[in-house]
Amino acid sequence: MSLQLLTFIIVGFTFAIYIGIAFWARARSTDEFYVAGGDIHPVANGMATAADWMSAASFISMAGLIAFFGYGGSVFLMGWTGGYVLLALLLAPYLRKHGTFTVPEFISDRYYSKTARVVAVVCLIIASVTYVIGQMKGIGVAFSRFLEVDYDQGLMVGMAIVFIYAVMGGMKGITYTQIAQYVIMIIAYTIPAIFISFMLTGNPIPQIGLGSTMEDGSYLLDKLDQVVTELGFKEYTTNKRLSLFNMFFYTLSLMIGTAGLPHVIMRFFTVPSVKAARSSAGWALVFIAVLYTTAPAVAAMARLNLMTTIDQPTKENNLAYNERPSWFRNWEKTGLLQFEDKNGDGLIEYTGLDNNEMVKVDRDIMVLANPEIAGLPNWVIALVAAGGLAAALSTAAGLLLAISSSISHDLLKGVFRPDISEKDELRASRVAMAGSIAVAGYFGFNPPDFAAGTVALAFGLAASSLFPALMMGIFSKTMNKEGAIAGMLAGIGVTLLYVFQHKGIMFIKSTAFLGSMEPNWFFGIEPNAIGAIGAVVNFLVAYFVSKQYPEIPSKVKNMVEQIRLP
Amino acid sequence: MSKDQKYWKENIDLIVKCLSIWFISSYVFSIILVEQLNAIKIGGYKLGFWFAQQGSIYIFVILIFYYAFKMDQIDQRQRPSNK
Repeated sequence: MSLQLLTFIIVGFTFAIYIGIAFWARARSTDEFYVAGGDIHPVANGMATAADWMSAASFISMAGLIAFFGYGGSVFLMGWTGGYVLLALLLAPYLRKHGTFTVPEFISDRYYSKTARVVAVVCLIIASVTYVIGQMKGIGVAFSRFLEVDYDQGLMVGMAIVFIYAVMGGMKGITYTQIAQYVIMIIAYTIPAIFISFMLTGNPIPQIGLGSTMEDGSYLLDKLDQVVTELGFKEYTTNKRLSLFNMFFYTLSLMIGTAGLPHVIMRFFTVPSVKAARSSAGWALVFIAVLYTTAPAVAAMARLNLMTTIDQPTKENNLAYNERPSWFRNWEKTGLLQFEDKNGDGLIEYTGLDNNEMVKVDRDIMVLANPEIAGLPNWVIALVAAGGLAAALSTAAGLLLAISSSISHDLLKGVFRPDISEKDELRASRVAMAGSIAVAGYFGFNPPDFAAGTVALAFGLAASSLFPALMMGIFSKTMNKEGAIAGMLAGIGVTLLYVFQHKGIMFIKSTAFLGSMEPNWFFGIEPNAIGAIGAVVNFLVAYFVSKQYPEIPSKVKNMVEQIRLP
Repeated sequence: MSKDQKYWKENIDLIVKCLSIWFISSYVFSIILVEQLNAIKIGGYKLGFWFAQQGSIYIFVILIFYYAFKMDQIDQRQRPSNK
């Protein structure tokens, strides 16, 4: 059976499962499903949160970035897990206690202001749309490979499917679908990792295999360091992402952003108690950690397999272009892998130097290509495709719902048109959803960065705007509305300005008025990592502005005191 | 100090303790001191590299459950009637 046919069958089968579960769960539930969320065990909620959380950036893109950055890729691993500690300790229990259903709603209550709510909605939309752009890149890569078309066509098909998937609506809200998606995703991620770890090191547990020896007795990581440095790349285990200083802020930005992203926070509004909110975050992280501790092994082993497949220690033994394997041919069709025979000898040279002939190796293809490069059976390759699509679709749909609900519920019903009918509210949310897909898809054709990099920008935006406002709302009894509003605007403003000046206004590269060149970076911090600075600006501005304005009403003070008690 | 204030103070102390460990494992061991720790090797892993790509994630998981467990104890001690 051909790989393409097998892929269609497995992808189709998993989609049938999701839809089947959605119907089954929907038939027995009422519109009070969320309120009845009290029935959902913290472990189940944790698993659903993990599926919601792990997107194309985690599944498709992250290991590829680590494969090429080595140690520098650690920022994603720590950043996207450490944020859960902040969430569990600083936000989730208190927001659950207060008991609203959207993040802007909490901001509106705590800062006794509709303006604050509007500002929060705007921040939420900016961060979430940027996040969806990152998903679109991942979706484009996945569809282009499995339909064997170029990236742009793959992206268009992907957009259409996301639209149908998201507009089918409520489906996403059903926790059981997400549990199924988690299971598919994690099987698809770990099975090839176990295979490859066993092939390379004899140890089937990737987390241990990565630290083990290979057949020739040398440690896998030492071998990888040696192979890449011989070809002129930087040493894998010590290669920094620009500088340790930059890595510090990058990690911080991702962590704070994790705790500030509305679609994640919302999940903790649905658990039965404050106590459950605390442990549910822990369970979510357990399920996330299964993938995140496997990813470094996937990354290192994929890199090693890629290098040793193409380039040999003795040049004459390099892979001949005419004899390139089928995975190479297939990825060439997508335009994401490109070879140029610079010296005309028909052999492929892949080095970190000027004589490199692999002119394009898109990082985002590594996870999907990995099982093919390692020569695993076709059903494993097809399974990885299904996992990648599950990851991208579930998160994209979740984000689109967060965006559309904030427009229809917070903006229209909450502020501008309180008398809106339910039907109109629903219609507005569909229009908002279609609009967001179009905007995100448009940027997806010219993504500002790799999927994980684009998503990192979204985290920076959430980190600089929503997290500080939420945290001060709980831990300060004096922060008033003026301070919070000024802080949010200043934080996201600084972050957007920095990103736009280096990556282009609205990510259009030619409008980057300071260029993306490193000498212009603030203390050498790259735009993806600026969110942490934005958050600091937010805190500072909020503090100083709040001093200039009247104290908060005693009613709100009492509310804060109540939030703090379980 | 009222009972509620005492409860809040115990909570804050616990948060500070947990976040210190969070900071040390991720920022100190995995980033600031990574080069020094890399001198030590555990199996094929350089220690700093291990903290950055494996160890800190395990520590995060343990931290959240530890916090949840300790907070349950504090809840029961301080606010037994409040279920």
